[in-house]
Amino acid sequence: MPNTHKCKLVVLIAEKALEDKLAQDVMRLGAHGYTVADVRGRGSHGDRNGTWDADRSIRMEILCDVKTAVTITTHVEKAYFLHYAMVAFVADVGVLRPQKFSG
Amino acid sequence: MDAIALFFVLGFVARLARSDLKLPAQLYEALSIYLLLAIGLKGGMELAKQAPMEVLPQALAVIALGVVIPLIAFPILYKLGRLDRFNAAAIAGHYGSVSVVTFAVAVDYLAARNLPYEAYLPLFLVLLEMPGIAIGVLLARLGGQWREIRWGTLLHEIFLGKSMVLLAGGLLIGWAAGPKGLEPLEPFFFDLFKGALCLFLLEMGLVAAAQAGALRSSGVFLAVFAIGMPIVSAVLGAVLGTAIGLSAGGTLLLATLAASASYIAAPAAMRIAIPEANPGLSITAALVITFPFNLLIGIPLYHRIVGLIHGS
Repeated sequence: MPNTHKCKLVVLIAEKALEDKLAQDVMRLGAHGYTVADVRGRGSHGDRNGTWDADRSIRMEILCDVKTAVTITTHVEKAYFLHYAMVAFVADVGVLRPQKFSG
Repeated sequence: MDAIALFFVLGFVARLARSDLKLPAQLYEALSIYLLLAIGLKGGMELAKQAPMEVLPQALAVIALGVVIPLIAFPILYKLGRLDRFNAAAIAGHYGSVSVVTFAVAVDYLAARNLPYEAYLPLFLVLLEMPGIAIGVLLARLGGQWREIRWGTLLHEIFLGKSMVLLAGGLLIGWAAGPKGLEPLEPFFFDLFKGALCLFLLEMGLVAAAQAGALRSSGVFLAVFAIGMPIVSAVLGAVLGTAIGLSAGGTLLLATLAASASYIAAPAAMRIAIPEANPGLSITAALVITFPFNLLIGIPLYHRIVGLIHGS
């Protein structure tokens, strides 16, 4: 699309217990912002139906440049994959106002 | 059986029968805020009537109890149960900390039987919530990983976790305002309390049944521990309550507090402080076994134990 600019969308789906830590981490690692939503679902850690604290999951989305996306995903892989329920993936997206998300 | 315990049973059975009954997460959140504040306020109001020097030695003894219980639980889990250090420490921490709802049910048990108790006991609830979690984390790091403990985060989690803020905050407000100041709040915080507790127990029944599947993988040892440990702790609580001069009712509440295991504050703190521990194990033990056990069998049993020890 001619009016959009290439950007990376980093998506982290994780235990709610990690929300504060992840928020601090991504900002420290160069993100300009993030969006968090409460979500529920099922995976290798069983049914996480979000009815109470220990069972809640969040989905954090970060729009950023390639370098920041690499930094963030490398960090979460090292810091959280071993002991926490977490899924991370990166997608190519097109954004408006690219200066909001990189640089 | 008391009516409020039946709400737990209703939730448990409904979930097992795969009913589509679900309480909105926001309602659960709102109810827990309400219950914690109400319990804090009530305790604070009564605390205002006490001489601080009378309560202080009792308070110190209760904190010591909170330290001793996880220190007893840990070797049982680690040596007898052969759990790894992290899981043993995390579970020990859960059992050192307390369950607010179990306390509320025990208060209702006393009220239904017209048994008097020291109404400032919510203070002990606040005091017992903290040490268990801290000791659990220390035990997990005994193997030489002291430097890995992030004290700032841990202390923040223990002292500023939402349940601590609400309980201790309610206690302080109740203490500062006194019975006169709280009079206008009574219809909301005290008269409606039991109804809110019933709704909360319905939700706990649903949650406990949803986690019940994990019982199959957690092993027989954990099930035995989750019933045996509360009884041991209750005896300790009953002995301590008698020793520090509490009434029979107050001693029963302290025994119940000692017997209860945390499934709200401790899981949140442990998940961050001991990531290596499997949260499924401690939650299964505390919520699926110990909580219903205390609710349905434990409290009447502790009443008998207190009768024997307290001698009244």
